[in-house]
Amino acid sequence: MAKTVDQYFNELQQTRVWRSMFRSGTGSSTLKRALAIQQNVFLHLFSTKARTRVLSFSATWYLGTLTLGTFVILIATGIPLMLYYHPSVPQAYADTKDLQFVVSSGLFLRNLHRWAAHAMVFLVFAHMFKVFYRGAYRTPREFNWVIGVILLLITLLLSYTGYLLPWDQLAYWAITVGSNIASAVPLIGDKIHFLLLGGHAVNANALLRFYVLHCMILPLTAMFFVAIHFWRIRKDGGLYSHDSEPAVVRAQARNGVAAAIPTPGKAGDERAPATPGTEAK
Amino acid sequence: MAEEKKGPLGDELSRRQFFTKLGLGSLSIAAVGTVAFSYQYLEPNVLYEPSPIVNEGKPERYPLDSVTLDVNNAIYIIHSQEGYFSLSAICTHLGCMTAWKPELGIIACPCHGSKFYVRDEDDHKAGDKIEGPAPRPLPWKRIWLNDDGDLLVDRSTDVPAQARESFVRV
Repeated sequence: MAKTVDQYFNELQQTRVWRSMFRSGTGSSTLKRALAIQQNVFLHLFSTKARTRVLSFSATWYLGTLTLGTFVILIATGIPLMLYYHPSVPQAYADTKDLQFVVSSGLFLRNLHRWAAHAMVFLVFAHMFKVFYRGAYRTPREFNWVIGVILLLITLLLSYTGYLLPWDQLAYWAITVGSNIASAVPLIGDKIHFLLLGGHAVNANALLRFYVLHCMILPLTAMFFVAIHFWRIRKDGGLYSHDSEPAVVRAQARNGVAAAIPTPGKAGDERAPATPGTEAK
Repeated sequence: MAEEKKGPLGDELSRRQFFTKLGLGSLSIAAVGTVAFSYQYLEPNVLYEPSPIVNEGKPERYPLDSVTLDVNNAIYIIHSQEGYFSLSAICTHLGCMTAWKPELGIIACPCHGSKFYVRDEDDHKAGDKIEGPAPRPLPWKRIWLNDDGDLLVDRSTDVPAQARESFVRV
């Protein structure tokens, strides 16, 4: 009797090796499904269950997810680019040219990195506008908004530090102007300028510092805050959806489907004690 | 074991509290030290940057009433009626390199449109701002002749505009 693919897979899931990696077991019960999420290191940041209406496109336009998507693309393309790029004055520009014209698929990787970077800056802003105009920053999500602002700054710094690396005229003057803006800070401006560039002018030290910031310090900082950002979504009652706000649900119950849209201030007051999903956490 | 001991000031401090304070105090000192050492580490002690003093060659290279931009060193050598003087070519706004516009007789910055005088007139000095976002005039740089008769400019030293000692006369 021939076994189906499903049966082979079920057998595989019973093996000792599989069970040592995936402890939660399988099954269609709510508990098993929840454990499968909760006990996975990559998924435990997220809620173990989500309402289908918050996963609909109209709830979030997927802007946060898309931002994460561009970040993943930037890591996946940035690491291979590092294999050919030397952050030194004699080589940086030539390496960029090589990536463009000599290295196989170098042009593709570099352009993908560039377009994903532009897309990420755009999507971060779009995501923030959406959160702002939907009022999704209100209680209990104020802290996650602050984390989001930090992530915006990290995104802009990543964009800025990456701009110097091709070491062409555009990069040189952009960083000259940008770092001179930093020296406009009262009292410590010149110090910041000196520490950022590792000297008085955009030179070998500045290139190396921007490279280390761009490839190590800022991405690691971003990942740290992204983890908190996602974890807070779960802790604050899941993704924001206007339809699932208590005030809206109550209004719907009163008035039928044609719900009144509460004003932000009033809705915030009503919502605070009864946010779904926070009681059990 | 845990004896109640009186400190010199009469306040009670158990052994546990004493060691807690000692431990936290040491950690605080270590933390301050780490911040200080990190700051020192980030600040380079030796800079491999070009020398601020540059050789601009013989004065005869610069005809009377000429403005010459040295692109590599970002300074102007200007030969006026009063003598040779040097202006910084770095815009005082955000550090772009300015350019000499012979057709307009002024210095202009390509980045944000600042404009500067190159000649001394009644109401302004060479280097003064005509218009644009630049907050300060282009600074004058110290210029002198060395023993070989070459013009030297110290880019790190500003000198007063239009002052007698700010010119070289040959």
